[in-house]
Amino acid sequence: MWSLLRSMWGVFLHAFHRRVTIQYPEEKAILPPRYRGRIVLSRDPDGGERCVACNLCAVVCPTACISLQATEDEHGRRYPEFFRINFSRCIFCGYCEEACPTYAIQLTPDFEMGEYRRQNLVYEKDDLMIAGPGKYPDYNFWRVAGVAIGDKGKGVAEREAPPTDVHSLMP
Amino acid sequence: MINLYPLLIIAAVLFVVLNLAGGLIWVERRLLALWQDRYGPNRVGPFGLGQVVADSVKLFTKEDWIPPFADKAAFVLAPAVVVATSLLAFAVIPFAAGFVVADLSIGILFLLAMSSLGVYSVVLAGWSSNNKYALLGGLRAAAQMLSYEVFMGLSLMGVVVLAGSFRITDIVNAQRHMWYVIPQFAGFVLFFIAGVAETRRLPFDLAEAESELIAGFHSEYSGMKFGMFFVGEYIGVILISAMLTLLYFGGWLGPVLPAPVWFGIKTLFFICVFILLRGALPRPRFDQLMSWGWKVLLPLALVNLLITGAFVLAGV
Repeated sequence: MWSLLRSMWGVFLHAFHRRVTIQYPEEKAILPPRYRGRIVLSRDPDGGERCVACNLCAVVCPTACISLQATEDEHGRRYPEFFRINFSRCIFCGYCEEACPTYAIQLTPDFEMGEYRRQNLVYEKDDLMIAGPGKYPDYNFWRVAGVAIGDKGKGVAEREAPPTDVHSLMP
Repeated sequence: MINLYPLLIIAAVLFVVLNLAGGLIWVERRLLALWQDRYGPNRVGPFGLGQVVADSVKLFTKEDWIPPFADKAAFVLAPAVVVATSLLAFAVIPFAAGFVVADLSIGILFLLAMSSLGVYSVVLAGWSSNNKYALLGGLRAAAQMLSYEVFMGLSLMGVVVLAGSFRITDIVNAQRHMWYVIPQFAGFVLFFIAGVAETRRLPFDLAEAESELIAGFHSEYSGMKFGMFFVGEYIGVILISAMLTLLYFGGWLGPVLPAPVWFGIKTLFFICVFILLRGALPRPRFDQLMSWGWKVLLPLALVNLLITGAFVLAGV
């Protein structure tokens, strides 16, 4: 009997506690920086696009919502001709971000993507591309990987070491 | 020329009670939210008061479905019974001196009879639904209300002995010098417990017990028939709160403010306690409920009556 009265009093005291509800449309929740929301394609610090159209994100995607077509520019660099994410299927698992070798594809803390037409949830490359480098401001994939210049291959120019043979790293 | 005064009172009582019952939906949700550090409905209209209108529009426009396996007549009758009996009980509730539909000389007996008839609604609903969960809910309700009815009546007898009358107006007037909650504290506690059980609200909602029996006796009900059970439950809460006020807390008696305001304030206080009970207490097991009723509360009510009677006989 005493414990019943005590718990009633305890519940009553909650009338003077702060309410934890966030009144959403007027008041926004503070999301952590690694929140997995809307997917973007980021750029180098130089402004070039990071994506090398390796298709790893499309392969790892559990709902197969990413589709892209690789193509090459005049220097032989690969880039996506089109890059399309169907956000009506995306589950925001973040596997694409983990798979990406160039930090190109990233998830951002933005979830307000509601649409009245389902077709509008299909984002094309223009919709996905952002101006900046996203979460990795200093990373430039081509500086790390090396670039072939004209008829000189990677590591052939002066003061350059030949690139590591990746097959020698295999177990 | 017919006298319009009683009709006016009937209309006023119906207006106040039915509107209050509807408004209690909002009150309950806001209060529960307050005690759970939430806001509750606050979007529709000022302070979310429009939620009541929105909910009732929703209930009225829902499909009113009667399952093909149900016993149709009893199925339709059951929700009407609970509202009718609870509203009838308000006939003897005085809101102020003289402001009462029928000041019966057996007011308390009438109240007990009406609140007991309410069990028919639950049993009929459980039986006619032809659904095993509904039937279990109905059975539980019948057992619970029968066993709590017994000491509910007995706990009230202490008040009756002190006041020397079954008429509620007399009982209130006898409390001019001292509220009966002081000499009849045990009776008050017993009646409060029995009253909560009688309205089948938490922690005594074993007839409904959504975590065990889906929704108990009204599992099969939809639309406004479900709404009637809802309204009936709230009318029951108002009724028990009004009875507590009248029999133990001096009814409309109080300084400065007009009588109906005092009655309203006290009744509203008990309604809030009902909601607090719902927010704070867990549901007991069914066998615990029964053994509490018969082995603890009934003997206590008898002892209380015995002692009160002895004091009255001794002329203290």
